[in-house]
Amino acid sequence: MFYIHCPYCDEHREEEEFHAKGQAHIARPLDPDACTDEEWGNFLYFRANPRGIHHELWVHAAGCRKFFNITRDTQTYAILETYRLGEQPSVTSQS
Amino acid sequence: MQKYSGFGLLKHALSHHENWQRVWRNPKPKKHYDVIIVGGGGHGLATAYYLAKVHKVTNVAVIEKGYLGGGNTARNTTIVRSNYLWDEAAFLYEHAMKLWEGLAQDLNYNLMFSQRGVLNLGHTLQDMRDIERRVNANRLNGIDSVALDTAGVQKIVPIMDCTSRARYPILGASWQPRAGVARHDAVAWGFARAADALGVDLIQQCEVDDILMQNGNAVGVNTKQYGEIHADRIGCVVAGNSGVVAKMAGFELPVESHPLQALVSEPIRPILDTVVMSNQVHGYISQSDKGDLVIGAGIDGYNGYGQRGSYPTIEHTLQAIVEMFPIFSRVRMNRQWGGIVDTTPDACPIISDTPIGNLFFNCGWGTGGFKATPGSGHVFAETLAKGEANALAKPFSMFRFHNGALVDEHGAAGVAH
Amino acid sequence: MTQPNRLNSGGRIDRDQPMQFEFNGRRYSGFQGDTLASAMLANGVDLVGRSFKYGRRRGIVAAGAEEPNAILQLGATEATQVPNVRATQQELFDGLVAQPTSGWPSLNTDALGMVGKVFGSLLPPGFYYKTFMFPRFGWKLYEKYIRKAAGFGRSPRAEDVDQYDHLNQHADVLIVGAGAAGLAAALSAARSGARVILADEQSEMGGSLLHSRDLMGGKPATQWVADTLAELAGRDNVLLLPRSTVNGYHDHNFLTIHERRTDHIADRAPEGMSRQRLHRVRARWVVLATGAHERPLVFANNDLPGCMLASAVSTYLNRYAVAPGNKLVLMTANDYAYRTAFDWQDAGRDVVAIVDSRADVSGHYQEEAKRRGIAVLLGHGVIEARGSKKVTGAVVASLNADGSAVAGASRTLSCDLIASSGGWSPVVHLSAHTGSRPVWNDDVLGFVPGETLQQMKTAGAVKGSYDLVACLRDGAEQGAEAAKLAGFDATPATTPEVDSWPEAKAMALYSIPHTQPNSRAPKQFVDLQNDVTAAAIELATREGFESIEHVKRYTAMGFGTDQGKLGNINGMAIAAKSLGQSIPDTGTTIFRPNYTPVTFGAVVGRHCGELFEPERYTAMHDWHVQHGAEFENVGQWKRPWYYPKAGETMQQALDRECLATRESIGILDASTLGKIDIQGKDAREFIGRIYTNAWAKLAVGKCRYGLMCHEDGMVFDDGVTSCLGENHFLMTTTTGGAAGVLEWLELYHQTEWPELEVFMNTVTDHWATMTIAGPNARKLLAELCDDIDLDKDSFKFMDWRQGTVAGVPARVFRISFTGELSYEINVQANYGLHVWEKLFEHGEKYNLTPYGTESMHILRAEKGFIIAGQDTDGSVHPYDLNHGWAVKEDKPFSFIGKRGMKREDCVREGRKQLVGLKTKDPKVVLPEGAQAVDDPKQPLPMAMLGHVTSSYYSANLGRSIAMGLIKDGLNRNGDTIYYPLSNGQVVEAEICSTIFLDPKGDRQNV
Repeated sequence: MFYIHCPYCDEHREEEEFHAKGQAHIARPLDPDACTDEEWGNFLYFRANPRGIHHELWVHAAGCRKFFNITRDTQTYAILETYRLGEQPSVTSQS
Repeated sequence: MQKYSGFGLLKHALSHHENWQRVWRNPKPKKHYDVIIVGGGGHGLATAYYLAKVHKVTNVAVIEKGYLGGGNTARNTTIVRSNYLWDEAAFLYEHAMKLWEGLAQDLNYNLMFSQRGVLNLGHTLQDMRDIERRVNANRLNGIDSVALDTAGVQKIVPIMDCTSRARYPILGASWQPRAGVARHDAVAWGFARAADALGVDLIQQCEVDDILMQNGNAVGVNTKQYGEIHADRIGCVVAGNSGVVAKMAGFELPVESHPLQALVSEPIRPILDTVVMSNQVHGYISQSDKGDLVIGAGIDGYNGYGQRGSYPTIEHTLQAIVEMFPIFSRVRMNRQWGGIVDTTPDACPIISDTPIGNLFFNCGWGTGGFKATPGSGHVFAETLAKGEANALAKPFSMFRFHNGALVDEHGAAGVAH
Repeated sequence: MTQPNRLNSGGRIDRDQPMQFEFNGRRYSGFQGDTLASAMLANGVDLVGRSFKYGRRRGIVAAGAEEPNAILQLGATEATQVPNVRATQQELFDGLVAQPTSGWPSLNTDALGMVGKVFGSLLPPGFYYKTFMFPRFGWKLYEKYIRKAAGFGRSPRAEDVDQYDHLNQHADVLIVGAGAAGLAAALSAARSGARVILADEQSEMGGSLLHSRDLMGGKPATQWVADTLAELAGRDNVLLLPRSTVNGYHDHNFLTIHERRTDHIADRAPEGMSRQRLHRVRARWVVLATGAHERPLVFANNDLPGCMLASAVSTYLNRYAVAPGNKLVLMTANDYAYRTAFDWQDAGRDVVAIVDSRADVSGHYQEEAKRRGIAVLLGHGVIEARGSKKVTGAVVASLNADGSAVAGASRTLSCDLIASSGGWSPVVHLSAHTGSRPVWNDDVLGFVPGETLQQMKTAGAVKGSYDLVACLRDGAEQGAEAAKLAGFDATPATTPEVDSWPEAKAMALYSIPHTQPNSRAPKQFVDLQNDVTAAAIELATREGFESIEHVKRYTAMGFGTDQGKLGNINGMAIAAKSLGQSIPDTGTTIFRPNYTPVTFGAVVGRHCGELFEPERYTAMHDWHVQHGAEFENVGQWKRPWYYPKAGETMQQALDRECLATRESIGILDASTLGKIDIQGKDAREFIGRIYTNAWAKLAVGKCRYGLMCHEDGMVFDDGVTSCLGENHFLMTTTTGGAAGVLEWLELYHQTEWPELEVFMNTVTDHWATMTIAGPNARKLLAELCDDIDLDKDSFKFMDWRQGTVAGVPARVFRISFTGELSYEINVQANYGLHVWEKLFEHGEKYNLTPYGTESMHILRAEKGFIIAGQDTDGSVHPYDLNHGWAVKEDKPFSFIGKRGMKREDCVREGRKQLVGLKTKDPKVVLPEGAQAVDDPKQPLPMAMLGHVTSSYYSANLGRSIAMGLIKDGLNRNGDTIYYPLSNGQVVEAEICSTIFLDPKGDRQNV
């Protein structure tokens, strides 16, 4: 069970308070109507799914209800950082 | 191939079992194959077997980074059923079911396919509507499936709590008598042995770390242990690792890899002779021929390649099991483990060509891969042999996620007014 | 009752507290402080089980968690049965009842044992893969008989009478194992002030010190244990958990501890006490001081009762004052095990010989043996145990230098006990749970913890360090280090000096050769519980199962309840030898939780029965119960389903409820509908992006129905949203969808449109909602509400008003899910019952009739209103539902779902669309879920058109009505289709409009 630092509450809380919501930093296209089916499908369904460093969106569902981002290693499950929406990760697979 | 039989056992017993042949060779890879299958799990091995047997394509290598059948084949809860809702899925899984029914004889390997029936329980009125809907669709698709009321369920599983005092009382179930379980390791080994006998090279402990490309076409793979191996066509059957292999070829898949956990009790005397599944309370259970209660959980919500998941999932699963079977409260849990399942947005597989020429993927089986093993291999073998999707595979193109023709097997949305 | 093998003195048992127990129908006695195993051995019980495959006689081998044979059924009553209890881990209590879990018809005369003798050679590993294939459907029959042999103990047939609970804990330092290293670690950590949890699986803390005869600082080891525990117990920053197994090491230093609180007292927990407890611990730092398990040596017939682990023999002697025999042959490949021979001799028993596989070894231990007059056979091994029912002799022979072959003639030593030691295997299980693969260490001759992946330290024997002084020091240091890392000022505790003698190098030896090849020698068991032999492992490798995982799976080695604690390393060594490679080349061994089995109930805790999931009740719940409602589970809510009167069938009750509503007035408790309060200057814009229809012009005081789609364009929820103020809205959702919708709104607000100033919160539980519907609704409301102008022209359909109902502030919404004149009265939940009862007081004259969810479904279906989740399934978009009127295509913002529903497959011809259905025979009600076809006579598989989503008998219409999805249904009005049912009947139906009653809406607009 993960021990997750909520960047809004600024506390570590148990995983049971959170929901994982998939890959982070996937922006809804600004003009959906201009998207081709392929572009829309890519936005909806196609994901990086890396083995290793992954930036993902979580929500503190049974806490402050805020969405935030986690950089996590999907192999070791180590959480490398958590950061607020609108911020960029400091740990990436390139760094 | 050395034929297995009771008589053979007797003969070998007289020579103290010193003369059994190898079940498969341990070949060094050739430079070039007609087809390379990446991934030596049940699906990959089945693909190789049917390629050789049905399509006479025998210059085939199966490349496995670990040991044969060491992925989800070795980690699942062995349930086989075909009572899927939508025509496309039902036809695919029923195709697999029909293959299962003669597979031990076909492979000359006892897979212990035990058609002891599967119950899918309903606990709410909407569950029961969904069950009726699915059972009717199954029946008209020629799949054995019936809807049972509470009394009918209780008759099949006398030890289950079917009373109304349960938090979510059992209102009924769908029942597929031909469904059941099989011995998971044997499936991989049986296909491997038979494929090897037809000339397929099974290359273990060999990890693919790149897809070789030429003019937008895949022409081979690079391996850590043996360098480049070339092929006319490449089929990737790597389940939870599909995203990783796709990335080598430079594209993404509509797939996310999640942990899926399971657990077994200590072996106890046979007490449960059928498979019981419940989506509402989230748990499923059967009892193996060794006596273990084999119990499966829901998937964990996050991506993970660690072959383990979160403990609360195990807690919820056992809560569900004890809720359905209060008498199991004093039975003890022996082991838990996790697999990596490749889930798709519509809970249906991807059997498909890709943006890369000569590169094909068979993945996205999510929590339901084991039951499809022979069917998956059979249709993917034809896809690889012909270079285009087999008729049963066609609806499962990865491009359905662009045009919207999803085959949503999540079951009805479960929203109530 | 005598205990023939009990020593007259010594041990940690209390001879003043005798206890009676029963095994296999016979009564025995033991003492307080015994385990079931020690008491059985004290009584000379040699035979505890029959082996799984061959039915061979088996006795107790070990003294702890690694015991493979003594797997018993415990329990004096049906409800307190526990299967597969290891006798070595069960404390004795007075009145304990145990049964063997194998042997038929009885343990002593087992039929399988005879079959095994004759046909055992037909059962090599994997034999079942090679046969039972013909005839094709034969497996069913074969399996029936094979299955009879499955399992050990049995599940209770009655419900558990005990309770279990959970305790969430936080620790600065969690120390696993209270042996020498663990106790020293605890001292260091505890003195720093850190919150320490020390957990140990045994009844007493102290580990091997409890049977050690070493002097620590000049005092008996047990004295040091007692002093240390006294200090720890006296500190309030320390929690000591004996009888508590750390069974799983999960991510981010989350560990579970399985505490057996009452299993040592009785079958059933004392009143008011939980039987077992699961501690869910989040630890800053963990110190693993889990010790090591001794490995037996593998030799022919090594499963005969009377073959034991050397250290187990010492444990039984020193801790329990039990000598399980008279004449000992000790076989070892190391010095440490010599102690067992010395212990044995000091207990007044006869040591026949020490058989040491090392040819060239001399040192303190050999000297001491000589001094004691014990014969030592160097360069020898026990190649075979002799005896039919139990050990009567040991066949010894000299071995070649590396122990791979018999080098000389053999002879038989008469004995009744063969103890063996092949060395020690560190208990790396918990470290492996973290995902770290153990690594082989040639000095240790065992796997030690691999890369450290968590905030974890290891101390003592788990690292392969077996010297007591070193273990103590390491423990003290690691305990201090962990406390320091957790932020405390810690220094290593000083540890006592121990007189110890240097040990000569141990020999890497796992199995003893026989004069015959393994395939022909008497069986040499590696995994006793699963009957896996050395020959079986060799056969597996010969057949090409070369990965250790393959070997294990093919032979079933390590898959027992002991999870291979005794046998796995020996098995790997045999496989490696057979493959001509090293042990690390053959693979590693990976362990998964649990370390030892954990009761399901303990994992479940209190989360069963009514606490499986919380039940949610509305404010009027008690009223519903008192008025005989049947309830439906909707999400976690209990909703009244219908209210049968005495003697009524369900259908009669529904007919009555529906007729009363349309004829006069009905009332529904609608409190469970999700309610989300949305505020902010951009609330209107926000709602317009979420819903498919227009919201820009909805005026204060007005309500509007909306459909909500996912980005794929598929409907997932619906409801009415009301404009409470220019920047204030109240959204309603489906009952089951409430939480998901709120999260959906938050997701879009927080991730996509943070620039919108909008705030939302659930207010579902704040309000009690009662819907009065029917021609007399206005009259009834007027009697209880005098501050809202109810005139039809001032309070119109789809308006809402603030006012007072039954003296209580209320929001009244004139909306309708029945098509009748209808008001939804919302009051603060606390007042709900009051208002509800007032309505009935005044409504009696109108025959005010409560109706439940089922009548609500019928009444709405008469009007063609959909239920999201019943008439939709995530694969239908608004146009499929013929709800294009609820989609506003030209909104400036591309609302959620708009793009999705334009994808190629969503705009194609022939999609399934929602239509009304009228059966040809108006009395026949189509079953929901029935599938339509055009030609019911076509062969299977039939081409299906779609399914019935909603279907009812409508008393108001005097006929059945239904809705369903039909391919291209909106273009097929008037067509006849067929529903072939499972009972063989084919129901003919006509496609029609979904609106069966009052298509113009006159009734709701009155």
